[in-house]
Amino acid sequence: MKNQLLSRRQAIKLGAGTVAATGLGLYAPAVISSDPITLRYLGTAVSMGDEVQKKLFEDTGLKVKFIAVTTDEVTKRVLTQPNSFDIVDTEYFSLPKLVPSGNILGMDTKRIKEWDNVTSIFTKGITPKGKKVGLQGTAPSKVMYLEGSNGKSFAGDVTQYATLIPTIYNADTLGIRPDLIGRPITSWAELLNPEFKGKAATLNIPSIGIMDAAMVVEAMGEYKYPDKGNMTKSEIDLTMKIFTEAKKSGQFRAFWTDFNESVNLMASGEVVIQSMWSPAITAVKSQGKDCIYQPLKEGYRAWAAGFALPKTTKGKKADAVYEFVNWYLSGWVGAYLNRQGYYSAVLPTAKQYMSEDEWGFWMEGKAAKGDIVSPTGAKLASAGEKRDGGSYEDRMGGVACWNATMDENKYMVRKWNEMVAA
Amino acid sequence: MQFSLGKIKPHVGWLALPFAWVFFAYFVLPLVLTIIVSFWDYTDYAIIPDLIFDNYIYIFEGCLSNEGGLCLTFKTYLSTFFFCFFTWLITLVLGFCVAYFLAFYVNSIPLQVCLFLVCTIPFWTSNVIRMVSWIPLLGRNGLVNEFFLSLGIIDQPIQWLLYSSFSVILALVHLYTLFMIVPIFNSMLRIDRSIVEAAYDSGASHRQIIFNIIIPLSKTGIIIGSIFVVTVVMGDFLTIGIMGGQQLASVGKIINTEMNYLQFPGAAANAVILLIITIFIIYVMTKFIDIRKEL
Repeated sequence: MKNQLLSRRQAIKLGAGTVAATGLGLYAPAVISSDPITLRYLGTAVSMGDEVQKKLFEDTGLKVKFIAVTTDEVTKRVLTQPNSFDIVDTEYFSLPKLVPSGNILGMDTKRIKEWDNVTSIFTKGITPKGKKVGLQGTAPSKVMYLEGSNGKSFAGDVTQYATLIPTIYNADTLGIRPDLIGRPITSWAELLNPEFKGKAATLNIPSIGIMDAAMVVEAMGEYKYPDKGNMTKSEIDLTMKIFTEAKKSGQFRAFWTDFNESVNLMASGEVVIQSMWSPAITAVKSQGKDCIYQPLKEGYRAWAAGFALPKTTKGKKADAVYEFVNWYLSGWVGAYLNRQGYYSAVLPTAKQYMSEDEWGFWMEGKAAKGDIVSPTGAKLASAGEKRDGGSYEDRMGGVACWNATMDENKYMVRKWNEMVAA
Repeated sequence: MQFSLGKIKPHVGWLALPFAWVFFAYFVLPLVLTIIVSFWDYTDYAIIPDLIFDNYIYIFEGCLSNEGGLCLTFKTYLSTFFFCFFTWLITLVLGFCVAYFLAFYVNSIPLQVCLFLVCTIPFWTSNVIRMVSWIPLLGRNGLVNEFFLSLGIIDQPIQWLLYSSFSVILALVHLYTLFMIVPIFNSMLRIDRSIVEAAYDSGASHRQIIFNIIIPLSKTGIIIGSIFVVTVVMGDFLTIGIMGGQQLASVGKIINTEMNYLQFPGAAANAVILLIITIFIIYVMTKFIDIRKEL
């Protein structure tokens, strides 16, 4: 969420800045329109480094003025100041809050060139090879469509109007320090294993923390949730009771709210197993510490984000938004995202912009033939290494639940606070 | 409290206007809005103008029944009071000693100024950096643990050095002792030295001088410093969060979480209650001394 995205942005920016600085003198925009349209882009900047903006201007002549805030702030802005931006990049699990407000319009899928190529995970809830994806939580395929452009509730069926045009998504799991654990980890239940007493951590962001907690509780065999992403009050009580007991017995070294905190906990060895996000793993590795984004048999917790059009964007600006979205899905950005370990919404276009080795490593779970580098040039893997969790099919096909907004959100936040206070 | 404009000459009264305006725009107005919003209703995506007490009732839900131990609100305030009290006590003792040394043992004024500036050096960096700098020192593999391990004093790293009440209070004391030093030092400078000399000449012991002369005469500074420290710590959630490993409760964190989940009226109600409690503490403190008279 908030810090996750913020820090992804920081991670991207760090490198993007240097690339942009070296490239600035060499590039001149290919198209210089007489009156370039500048889109005010509200988002968390996960997927918009400086070089993306430069490429956008080269290809389309569009400019983007970035309003970079946290995920929570994105939601607040959409609800309170819908006229302060032209396009918004937000997460699917925010939609149950955003759609009833009527402040975002359905996007016309007929105007999205690559719509038919958007991965079926979003449109049908299955992987490209037909594997069923876990749909617990606010799964994108459940909130993908609106009845009409002005719809304030989700459509049960496929319609012409999409709530968000998907851009970026990933499957999250536990991070571990294999050098300090020294044995295979295969289950979410290990987070509460007394063996790691005082050396485990989870995150203090209730809406995500509770999902990870539910994965653990289910893995321990304590309870099987009908829907982890929409618990009843008694399910919340049960989940929090187990975590409160673990906390009281000193299982957790710390909770974290900030991406950097999770990196520090792991890199310093204070913690050997914890809820973590993928760029944090890369950051720990870059400090020379062994760290794995451990695939677990119960599956992953996934998240996804996409573009929405606020109701105040009209005419030429709206046309520019569609042009921008079409450019975004046309492949270059997709490759850029895939190279960071995220996934792009339209896979075939992204493939054209990636080398065979890159595609094999990131998407097919094959061993790298040469060094694998990030868009910023940092080395992420050497020849012979494989991606943690393997191929796209294995990782996205292994999704058990999605980040969610629960009906009992208020109660959940309170119970979470009680656990922290216990 | 007495505040009479009548004593101010009419033709200079307008000098107060700019500050009065700032005070109104940035303090009174937001405060009034907060109080109003605390009575509003809300959903996941909207806040609805209303006049309901639900937000306040919700805060104290389960607090009267006492089943399953203390309710969230009482527990949180208890934890906040705990940090507040110990931080106040330690900063008071430390601040008083430092100020006393500066005021009575350092005789040259340039040296006094110089040493005073030394006290402010930590404030040249942001308070987050000052906080975070403790982490490599206190961690499981931190310098302190490694030092003790190498001396053989301990054979297991001490866990409670970091992410504990200890580390929270340590960081709070580190951050806020200066807030005590400055007002106490200021009061001490204004103590007439001849009184101290007279006491000394009359055969008063060192102890008697401190307890019968210095402390009563620095009371204003002590109270002002205490108000600074108490108000800052009552609202703190950053220090308690970072140094407590997010595992310790604070009122500020609860408000922060509610804001993030768009529960503005709930957060406003919590803020109003925090404000009332903090004002009450300050009210009790000012009962010990009439600050206006002493200044």
